[in-house]
Amino acid sequence: MSFLDRSHTVAGPGFSRWLVPPAALCVHLCIGQAYAFSVFNLPMSKLLGITQSTPEDWKLTQLGWIFSIAILFLGISSAVFGRWVEEGGPRKAMFTAALCWAGGFFISAIGVYVHQLWLIYLGYGVLGGIALGIGYISPVSTLIKWFPDRPGMATGMAIMGFGGGAFIASPLSVWLMAKFSTPTHVGVAETFIVLGLAYLFFMIVGSIIVRVPAPGWKPEGYTPPVVAQKLITKNDVYVYDALKTPQFWLIWWVLCLNVTAGIGVLGQASAMSQEMFPGHITPIAAAGFVGLMSLFNMGGRFFWASTSDFIGRRNTYFVFMVLGFFLYCAVPYTGSIGSVALFVICFLIIISMYGGGFATVPAYLKDMYGTRYVGAIHGLLLTAWSAAGVFGPVLVNYIREYNVTHGVPKAQAYNTTMYIMAGLLVIGFICNLMIKAVHERFHMKSDHEAERAQAEVAAVSEPAGA
Amino acid sequence: MQQAQETSMGLKLVLAWAFVGIPLTWGVIQTLINAMKLFQ
Repeated sequence: MSFLDRSHTVAGPGFSRWLVPPAALCVHLCIGQAYAFSVFNLPMSKLLGITQSTPEDWKLTQLGWIFSIAILFLGISSAVFGRWVEEGGPRKAMFTAALCWAGGFFISAIGVYVHQLWLIYLGYGVLGGIALGIGYISPVSTLIKWFPDRPGMATGMAIMGFGGGAFIASPLSVWLMAKFSTPTHVGVAETFIVLGLAYLFFMIVGSIIVRVPAPGWKPEGYTPPVVAQKLITKNDVYVYDALKTPQFWLIWWVLCLNVTAGIGVLGQASAMSQEMFPGHITPIAAAGFVGLMSLFNMGGRFFWASTSDFIGRRNTYFVFMVLGFFLYCAVPYTGSIGSVALFVICFLIIISMYGGGFATVPAYLKDMYGTRYVGAIHGLLLTAWSAAGVFGPVLVNYIREYNVTHGVPKAQAYNTTMYIMAGLLVIGFICNLMIKAVHERFHMKSDHEAERAQAEVAAVSEPAGA
Repeated sequence: MQQAQETSMGLKLVLAWAFVGIPLTWGVIQTLINAMKLFQ
């Protein structure tokens, strides 16, 4: 399997770097399916009863754990395997992600067939979650190396694919289930198998296309800045040394707070819009609103990350925090004056900045820590996503519940949450303000650290007893 | 020789972008159709 090694993926002369974004998209469009997994929840709660749930059928609360486990393992695997991904090269990582992702679907199909939920937790949750972590960070780090002149735009393209994966998976899954279902059978298992095969094919194509630049390569006509810019380092920082810098934890909080604010409303957008505008926004219109939000979530990833190449990473996050603060504060006002248009505009901008936060952060890390271990450091940072995945929905749901049980009208039940979200962004603003250039004592001075890292990897890779 | 190499790379680029662009465009159109319900 030597063709998977990093040394076999070094681009030859004449290779166009514009082949790397589609390779990255092959992976991100597939793993982005995770955002659409909820389309299976209802059919999987009727596997035995077919038309309605029986007591032996799985409950929606049990099924909700599948996605949560997958996101948990996304954070764990990106943190644990980050260095391996960086040193083993993108092809090996993308190929591994393809096997895990497809394997997760196949195991889940068996789980559905024999009606054993633990097999789905293991398949889609654990194995799929590992694929999510490895598959998410590997193409991003490769793109940063290919586009030193436009790292934000490059990573924005890949991470936009992650947002767009659900657009394909959601209608495709519904269509496949309709094709495979019969009056006595829900076609979930067959859909899992078809999706697993399709994703395996797509991701392997991506791993074949992907290349890493040759040492010393730089884009034609690109001259790296001679004088180091204040917040863009020319040095590299070793992955575990990055954890010792305050900048890592400040960016961790910036990402966590930005995602917390966005993820909370993303999950509740449909219910929130209907409760804030009773009679004006119907369930069908609310579904359209959710669709529009996911488009802005995807578009924002490309737009804001590309913008960050011009205005700088820190300034981009300042925009997220300041603009987000005013928009969250404006949401209760839009409800009080009954302006659906203003409400929709506020949330579309908010959600574009939520996506933008994800897409801009790899370039922020590259500015701080250099390109050498950016994938591994990015992997460690994604634990902020997992944390935000818990904080965001909890904040929105529990505060709304508290308000409703204490007599606050439903139309105003989200007001407190909006002000809390605005407050979180103020904290995020302060964290972002505190970010300075990494102290030079953390810079890799020679290849000593790299040799040390490689020696450790070699020791781990040696078969036992060898 | 170089001309042939450039043509081949150009073709690869078109194929690679179509490979990911077509499904993504289909997905975006489906979502847009769904999103239009907000304005109905």
